[in-house]
Amino acid sequence: MTKGVNKPLICCAAFAICLLVATHAGLAFTNGPAIGESLPPFKLPIPQNASAQRYLGLSGAGQFTIAQIQAKVVIIQIFSMYCPICQKEASRVNKLHRTIQKRKDLKNKIKMIGIGTGNTPFEVGFFQKKYEVEFPLFSDEDLSIHKILGELRTPYYIGVKINGDGSNEVFYSRLGQFKDVNGFLKRIVELSGL
Amino acid sequence: MVNKKYGSILCMVGLLAIFSLGSSAHGRSDAYKENIYPVGKLKPTDSVLKVKVGDQAPDFTLPVVGGEKITLSQYRGKKNVVISFVPAAWTPVCSDQWPGYNIAQDFFDQNDAILLGITVDNIPTLYAWTNQMCSGDETLWFPVLSDFYPHGAVAKEFGVLRSEGVSERALFVIDKKGIIRYIDVHDINKRPRLEDLVRELEKLEK
Repeated sequence: MTKGVNKPLICCAAFAICLLVATHAGLAFTNGPAIGESLPPFKLPIPQNASAQRYLGLSGAGQFTIAQIQAKVVIIQIFSMYCPICQKEASRVNKLHRTIQKRKDLKNKIKMIGIGTGNTPFEVGFFQKKYEVEFPLFSDEDLSIHKILGELRTPYYIGVKINGDGSNEVFYSRLGQFKDVNGFLKRIVELSGL
Repeated sequence: MVNKKYGSILCMVGLLAIFSLGSSAHGRSDAYKENIYPVGKLKPTDSVLKVKVGDQAPDFTLPVVGGEKITLSQYRGKKNVVISFVPAAWTPVCSDQWPGYNIAQDFFDQNDAILLGITVDNIPTLYAWTNQMCSGDETLWFPVLSDFYPHGAVAKEFGVLRSEGVSERALFVIDKKGIIRYIDVHDINKRPRLEDLVRELEKLEK
């Protein structure tokens, strides 16, 4: 009798676990991309303006992966036009970009991109114009990248090292704003081994 | 004994399922830390509109965070009005929608429009919640109105009060004559696209 009751219970539990795994594949990444691992793969559209293409070292149309960016290190900012912290931090993030661009030893080695979680291209364009963001921003309107990266809150920063063989490695993965531009940049340089 | 063991496993799986519902199916700002209540996926809409495009908007007077009262008809002949009903404070999509409008004031100004944010929450709740959207002494540039008592009366008059007592996520664009020009009763689980509202604002007489 006891055995007969157990079987459906076990089946139910197994089914529920399978369902959870199937529907929440991103759950394993809920803490963000793991340091020391490759960035979960995703593609972005090649920007169609010349300065953004030049900055990223890309050309033509189609899509690209983070490892195709011509740099040793890529800083990815996960943001949203609707995120109050991202709005407040915009000037600081711009300062980070300008600081990198001014340093001859880092200018060609570190590149920055932003990915607007759940933002339409219009919303990303509005944010870029409003805060005069000079590095390329991309739309993740359908939240596909959001799911791949583990449904991160915003702002979230990911530092990725691009290796010579085309592979990549996450060396920084953290939620929340950075408060000190120089301190943050120093940390990026140290952790990436630049 | 064995049944108890498997019962516990089922409980744990159930809890895991509940927690996983709280995971973000949309972007979420860290501004609210752990204070956003996970509501899960809700029925997209759950009310029947009582107004339509071309109708005179029902007039109302509601208290505003900060102490005053606003009457819709006070803008007649002066400003176009956008009403943004959001379902509830401290919930996922709502907590992002207004911070977006907060940086988009130019679109409203360019089209001689004012934005009125309305929820069925009470004033103290709205005060605490909207403070989280700003820093320091900053406040939202648009008034936030409380449709708390009689509960949801204005939402009900427009036909956007859901059966569980919160409003729909709905936008109404009302021209200077008080005529409704655009209605978007949006899927409660999703944020309306900014460009759709901007497009409707640009159609209005300035």
